[in-house]
Amino acid sequence: MDKIITCINCPVGCRMTVQLSDEGVFLSAAGNTCPRGAKYAEQECTKPLRMITAVIPVSGSSRPLSVKTSAPVPKDRIREIMRVLAEVSVDTPVAAGDIIVRNILNSGADIVATRNL
Amino acid sequence: MTDCYTDILIIGAGPAGLAAAIAAKEQGIDSIVVLERESEPGGILRQCIHNGFGLHRFKEELTGPEYAQRDILRADELGIPLECGTTVLSVSADRTVTCVSSEKGFRKIKAGAVILAMGCRERPRGALCTPGTRCAGIYSAGTAQRFVNLEGFMPGKRVVILGSGDIGLIMARRMSLQSAEVLACVEIMPYSSGLNRNIVQCLEDYGIPLYLSHTVTDIRGRERLTGVTIAKVDEKRNPVPGTEIDFECDTLLLSCGLIPENELSLTAGVELSAATSGPVVSNTLETSVPGIFACGNVLHVHDLVDHVSEESARAGRAAAEYVQHGHSGGRFVPVADGPGVRGTVPQKVLPNSGEDLHLMFRPTDVFRSACAVVECGGREIIRKKAMIFTPGEMAEVTVRKELLDNLSDAGIIVRIEGEKQNG
Amino acid sequence: MKKSDIVIVGSGISGTSLARELSRYDASVTVLDRGPDIAEGATKANSGIVHAGYDAVPGTQKAYFNVRGASMYASLCDELSVPYRKSGAIVIGFSPEDRDTLLHLLQRGMDNGVKGLRILNREEVLQLEPNLNPEVSCALDVPESAIVSPYELAYALADDAAVNGVRFVFNENVEKICRGEEDTWEIYTGQEIYSCKIFVNCSGASGALLHNMVTGGSLRMINRRGQYYLLDRSAQLPFSRTVFQCPSPLGKGVLVSPTVHGNLLLGPNAEDIPDPLDTATTAAGMSYVLGKAARTWPGVSVRSNITNFSGVRAHLDTDDFIVGAVSGAYGAYEAIGIESPGLSSAPAIAVYLAEMIAGDHSLTKKTEVIPYTPPLRPFRDMNDEERAAAVSGNPEYGNIICRCETVTEAEIRAAIRRPVGAKSIDGVKRRTRAGMGRCQGGFCSPRVAQIISEETGIPLQEITKDGGNSRILSGSVRTFLKGGNRE
Repeated sequence: MDKIITCINCPVGCRMTVQLSDEGVFLSAAGNTCPRGAKYAEQECTKPLRMITAVIPVSGSSRPLSVKTSAPVPKDRIREIMRVLAEVSVDTPVAAGDIIVRNILNSGADIVATRNL
Repeated sequence: MTDCYTDILIIGAGPAGLAAAIAAKEQGIDSIVVLERESEPGGILRQCIHNGFGLHRFKEELTGPEYAQRDILRADELGIPLECGTTVLSVSADRTVTCVSSEKGFRKIKAGAVILAMGCRERPRGALCTPGTRCAGIYSAGTAQRFVNLEGFMPGKRVVILGSGDIGLIMARRMSLQSAEVLACVEIMPYSSGLNRNIVQCLEDYGIPLYLSHTVTDIRGRERLTGVTIAKVDEKRNPVPGTEIDFECDTLLLSCGLIPENELSLTAGVELSAATSGPVVSNTLETSVPGIFACGNVLHVHDLVDHVSEESARAGRAAAEYVQHGHSGGRFVPVADGPGVRGTVPQKVLPNSGEDLHLMFRPTDVFRSACAVVECGGREIIRKKAMIFTPGEMAEVTVRKELLDNLSDAGIIVRIEGEKQNG
Repeated sequence: MKKSDIVIVGSGISGTSLARELSRYDASVTVLDRGPDIAEGATKANSGIVHAGYDAVPGTQKAYFNVRGASMYASLCDELSVPYRKSGAIVIGFSPEDRDTLLHLLQRGMDNGVKGLRILNREEVLQLEPNLNPEVSCALDVPESAIVSPYELAYALADDAAVNGVRFVFNENVEKICRGEEDTWEIYTGQEIYSCKIFVNCSGASGALLHNMVTGGSLRMINRRGQYYLLDRSAQLPFSRTVFQCPSPLGKGVLVSPTVHGNLLLGPNAEDIPDPLDTATTAAGMSYVLGKAARTWPGVSVRSNITNFSGVRAHLDTDDFIVGAVSGAYGAYEAIGIESPGLSSAPAIAVYLAEMIAGDHSLTKKTEVIPYTPPLRPFRDMNDEERAAAVSGNPEYGNIICRCETVTEAEIRAAIRRPVGAKSIDGVKRRTRAGMGRCQGGFCSPRVAQIISEETGIPLQEITKDGGNSRILSGSVRTFLKGGNRE
């Protein structure tokens, strides 16, 4: 079974043809222009990962804090992670790089501030 | 009214202005001033909190604020003054810059060289002539982005996005992630003008339908938006009756293209290009007015900030060269758009400049397995193959300096050779 | 119940002009408006032309007030510091029949007392306006025609009236008018009852409705919508004066005209619609305007279009204004059916009505009038020296909020603090031009909203585009993340 997917690793956005077994198991990818593409294809067909960036409210500031995950997290957990972020309480001052939530939902990724506030 | 002098004055402390300033300083220019109208440096990157910046330049994925912060820190290290809260009112052809700020008042600054780095603007609703009411709830995508990411407020709950440019796609994801409902992304062209990766991770990931060859044909709501109608368009982009779909929504975001911000370029009398809407420049990024340079989105709208930084560093070095050694002068060879190509920058080349030539342009259509060809006087100089060329992605061909020695006056033509993809 | 001597309903150009006139008398005056601000109806959405008066049929109210009103404009706008320019106009013709119409207009204009009218031949008119359709064969030259910023005039009139004691109340929709005790009128708005001795109907779109409330009559009004294109400012506009086409029974036709702010206006069409508040634009209307404008200007291009808008004319079957005391309704007055040339006529109508009311009710003139202080001079219009002085006097002049129209923080704060100040994004826009430019508020609206919030104490998320439910924001990031937006 073939499937077309688009690599999201870089702006080139290579379109790759992925071969899956009848059980949906990843077999091979073609059309990538770099090794990261092949890796992405396999990951995307087994357990898709995404970076999350978001803005979250901060006590004592009308301005929100922009944050990101320190590493990609499972795509199907994005909603859950956003729900946790809704309840996080952050106080100023915050510096870019500060860890806001460590190992969020045991995903292995931290929530990190991306600006000073 | 204080009159003072600076070697290089840079208008805008976004990625373009910062990169130009850093490069000029590293080239040995001491007296540099960067004027920024916002209260903080960083330009539009401040509100681009998503990741994906800097892959080319830093070999890692940064968010917009993080990317900007690197340049701001570097400028600080180099002791480059970034004067925020300062708006430039005009630039004269003799490089006198009139500006105003609450702190320093009204000033005229004479500069050895000026670098225009004001960035670009979004096309507003008026430019689209979309009928309907003029209610609240209609924003350009960038305005909405500012409200959410910098001010902490959501512009609406149920959203339709017109235009599939990158900012529109990014805002589709942002609004979804921040708990608004995005009903549709509507694109008048048969292809998206955004990056493919953004279609995947901003629309597909969130189940947002993309309506290609559709446009908004009606806007409803007396006070706040209550709904829009979209319809399919024919090849001439006219709505096809009977194909209407109604959406109940309180927000319409417009992501219908960006235009270089030309006001100041025009006050200086700089010649503009009809194709890019930005200044006409030579390969040193000098405009038609000697000593005035342009780079970044004010020159032509880029897709990637990495390219903005790289181009702007070249402008910074060229401005430094101009201040240190004066105008090199000479005979320009024109650069023209050939078939399949629009908006090639630079528009003219000074041969023997001793630098590689970076030609940037937009494909007019989608081409698969095609070649970009650069020729001069019927002679092919270089060709570059690509799996795909699309109008949504700026293409670049670098011509090594050795190949630029014997250019004919007939000029350089850039074209795309390959098959157009329909629909 | 709120009592005053006089209640004016409507704060468009008619209501504000009359309010200012009446503020000179010893009487308490209240102005009620359905909208959230001054001039929210046809006054904010018309061609902005002060017609010289060649078009109105001699003997009509339109002719009488137009010529008198137009002659008051130059000094009125000077006194109130409102943008006004006698840019002149031409009415162009393409055929011998058109030439006959123009001759007819010339005669009519002379009968009405309009000065300077003359017929131009093809060469003469093309010399005046080289971008005209070269097929033009003749034109009527109208040097007395002028352009004005209609809503800015209404704001200035309202401010002047307000500092002289007139009360303006917004968001008050009149539902019922009845007789109270001792020949008073009681005006019910659903929220309040306003009692007065003198009631004046200046309500534009609801003119007939209010007329019928006091008379029990059945006057009918037609809502005739007109749509426009507004093109970006440019140093070199294609036309330096207003260009009309030969008039038709439906109106003065599509014009192409510079505005006092250096934009170019194309429009309007004329279409009768059921709802007087329906100011939407339509694909058909816009395409009609563009087609007609191309007849005047073959090079028409809307590449630089910055917005489309429409206004609704209050048209009466009789095709004339009704101005004066309402017959059979003592203490009630009206100025209704004030469509074009209503803007031109408004100053004269106001003087006429004010004198009539003062005579009927023996009002005496106030001994002291508080002189009008115009708003701050636009930074955009200052020269270098003036700008330097302005910023050193008030650093808020150094903070440019609107990039397209060069509007400073000082001007925006001043607009909010005016006697009848701005309370919304559009209120600031029309008073200062912040957001009126080519990016249509893309950059400045978040900052304008912030300043309104600071000045008025209204929370940012309650700030509206133009009053009512036109909030620009739906809630904070916090509320949304916690699911508060789903309620």
